[in-house]
Amino acid sequence: MIDIKQNAMTEEIEMLVGKFGSTRDALMPIIQNIQINHGMISDFAQQEVARMLDVHPVEVYGVVTFYSFLSETPKGRYIVRLCRTISCDMAGKEAVARAVERELGIRFGETTADNKFSLEYINCMGMCDQGPSMLVNDLVFTKLTPHTVVDILSKFK
Amino acid sequence: MDKIVKDNRAPVSQKPLTMPKPDKDAIGATVGIEINGNPYKVLIGTTILEACRQNNIHVPSLCYHEDLCLAGVCRVCVVEVEGMGTLQAACTFPIINKIKVRTTSEKVRKARRHVLDLMLSEHYGECYSCHRNGNCELQKLAKEYGVDSYKFGHVEKRRYQIDRSSYSVVRDMDKCILCKRCVRTCIDLQEVGVLEAKNRGNNTKITTFMDKPLADVICINCGQCINRCPTAALKANDPSDEIWNVIDDPSKHVVIQTAPSPRAAIGEEFGLPPGTSMTYQMNTALKMIGFDKVFDTDFTADLTIMEEGTELLMRLKKKLVDGDKNVMLPQLTSCSPGWIKYIEHFYPDYLDYLSTCKSPQQMFGSVIKTFYAKEHEIDPSNIVTVAVMPCSAKKFECNRPEMDSSGFKDVDYGLTTRELAQMIREAGLYLPDLPPGNFDDPFGDASGAGLIFGATGGVMEAALRTAYELVTGRPVPFENLDIIPCRGFDGVKQASVKLEKVKPEWSFLEGVDLNFMIAHGTANAKKVMESLVRGELSNIHFIEVMACPGGCLGGGGQPIPTSPEIRKKRAEAIYQEDAGLPVRKSHENPHITYIYEKFLTDGPCGHLSHKLLHTQYVKRGKFIG
Ligand code: SF4
Ligand code: SF4
Ligand code: SF4
Ligand code: FES
Ligand code: FES
Repeated sequence: MIDIKQNAMTEEIEMLVGKFGSTRDALMPIIQNIQINHGMISDFAQQEVARMLDVHPVEVYGVVTFYSFLSETPKGRYIVRLCRTISCDMAGKEAVARAVERELGIRFGETTADNKFSLEYINCMGMCDQGPSMLVNDLVFTKLTPHTVVDILSKFK
Repeated sequence: MDKIVKDNRAPVSQKPLTMPKPDKDAIGATVGIEINGNPYKVLIGTTILEACRQNNIHVPSLCYHEDLCLAGVCRVCVVEVEGMGTLQAACTFPIINKIKVRTTSEKVRKARRHVLDLMLSEHYGECYSCHRNGNCELQKLAKEYGVDSYKFGHVEKRRYQIDRSSYSVVRDMDKCILCKRCVRTCIDLQEVGVLEAKNRGNNTKITTFMDKPLADVICINCGQCINRCPTAALKANDPSDEIWNVIDDPSKHVVIQTAPSPRAAIGEEFGLPPGTSMTYQMNTALKMIGFDKVFDTDFTADLTIMEEGTELLMRLKKKLVDGDKNVMLPQLTSCSPGWIKYIEHFYPDYLDYLSTCKSPQQMFGSVIKTFYAKEHEIDPSNIVTVAVMPCSAKKFECNRPEMDSSGFKDVDYGLTTRELAQMIREAGLYLPDLPPGNFDDPFGDASGAGLIFGATGGVMEAALRTAYELVTGRPVPFENLDIIPCRGFDGVKQASVKLEKVKPEWSFLEGVDLNFMIAHGTANAKKVMESLVRGELSNIHFIEVMACPGGCLGGGGQPIPTSPEIRKKRAEAIYQEDAGLPVRKSHENPHITYIYEKFLTDGPCGHLSHKLLHTQYVKRGKFIG
């Protein structure tokens, strides 16, 4: 079973390499695509990318861990990312944060037991004038209050 | 899939040092600059840091290292350049026009102190309980800048666990200042690629793939990262406490063997200039410390030459005369355990090319616990063998499970040059002041051929001195036996020796050019292996590979710091000592003749040799599971 999955992953990466090339600078688009398709970039996928681009696996790992939107571990189906930077913070992020934690029953950095939600902080995403703001996957929600945030999350449940 | 060939991963912007500099006599090659108000002339493309060092102007640095590509990440080398709004990193600033530099202005001093305070605010450690105490670049800077308090606080609790998984390298990331020298060493200099930074900002940590223990990744244990780390974040796995224990135990017979390279470098640990040979003082020190016997690894280096040279001649015969398809040529040397692990990981399908000879360290261990134990009627279970090595990979090697052909663990401990120096200090001795002492019999007198194993090209030179004479009956046709094409620090060397007027039993070699190559540092080994894979080396017979830049004398257990200059000095010391020795060919070492007469009676590569002196390798591959 694992073998079949791994072969499929190898094929997928080969296809991505065909599309983006096999030079170092193809690394980002390739791993972004894997992230989108699988919600994570497994250690096997990282090593396959490294092999095909002729870089070291640890370099791929360095890139994956550098960016918040890439992950080497599985995450929930919906990734809730709340902005923690100063404008949102001053607009009331703290109360929203507590409400989200209560609603989902997890703390920041955790994933719900049913693998549906992961909760994370992010830094400013340019919505400062409409804070507090958050992302659910790639949807933006602004001017959050402890009430609206619960409503929004319940739509994803 | 087409692959492009990359010689270095660093972007061009980071490599001004490798920018070809103009010939100094060319018109417009130099530029006049001003440093601290004084005029200087430098070649275009020189960095400010280089210009300052050439002119004895002190500028501190941390992330800069002569052996490595530039990073410009630590910012302690900042200087003021007139006309530029911000301070500039001297190490990465190439001079291309007339600039005015200030290295000591108030702004510079304050900025450097600030940078330093920030580093210390994330640095966990108390210098007196640290093995780099007295030889730490961070500590030195703190002294230079008179740090007497922690402006931005100090780490009181560990953030990370110490990684002690490896037999060779211990990683304590709480002492890391993120200079990334180890990363550049492992990726660019050695091209192994074990270490990189993960995460970012204040969560940045230097680590391995998936944060795994070092023992579980493809580290080859070369220790080159240790030699280039400015702090105590990386160190070798130190067995000296256990060694003190066996020395203090009267029931144990503790035997120490010393490799050729430590003696050419250990003086540096005691403040002597690089290239001061300490062979005989070291013998005295080892006796005073309490080792029962002090032997010379050069003896088994000679033995290696006999075995490996014979193996080569046998392979040549099988290949050239018998047309045996299972015999692989070129024969690759096998005395560098870092190289062995490298080829096991990266070229697992090419292990048949390796000589089956154990390294001199391991040969010594098995000879001590068999032949020596029998001749001296000592129970081998009471013998403890210690090996002083310039190398951290030797610690891994002696722990390889197959290294027990004497029936016991052949070599109990690998001790680095640095750790031995520490033991000597602990014994209250100052090495340079000690009277000279001799090695013990019977494994004391070795030939110069064994000695030059320490430098890149040395094994090849030693092998040629013996093989040529074995085949032709005459010494190698080089003045004073100095086979100059084997020497020097070019990454990959290639040369050949013509075999003429050979003895009748070697008639198939008449007129043959013996072609050989020498590579040092795994990055160069990789180049050679890539040619081998492409089938370009079919005319080559013998390749010497050492994992460390410069060969063993640049090993991961040698005194810190290291630089091309220091390695050159160490090599000079080794070649000088060789030139002065009465016996300079392995096969003329009387103890070698003796051991083949008394013990290994079926000769080199015979049955007993195979059992005790040869080994096999493991196909490891590079997939990290
Ligand atoms: S690494 Fe250097 S500064 Fe840090 S504790 Fe050790 S000696 Fe002191
Ligand atoms: S010991 Fe060698 S291979 Fe291992 S991490 Fe250090 S430089 Fe890399
Ligand atoms: S481990 Fe040493 S060499 Fe590597 S980044 Fe940290 S301080 Fe620098
Ligand atoms: S501070 Fe939250 S989006 Fe800018
Ligand atoms: S030495 Fe120049 S930035 Fe580190």
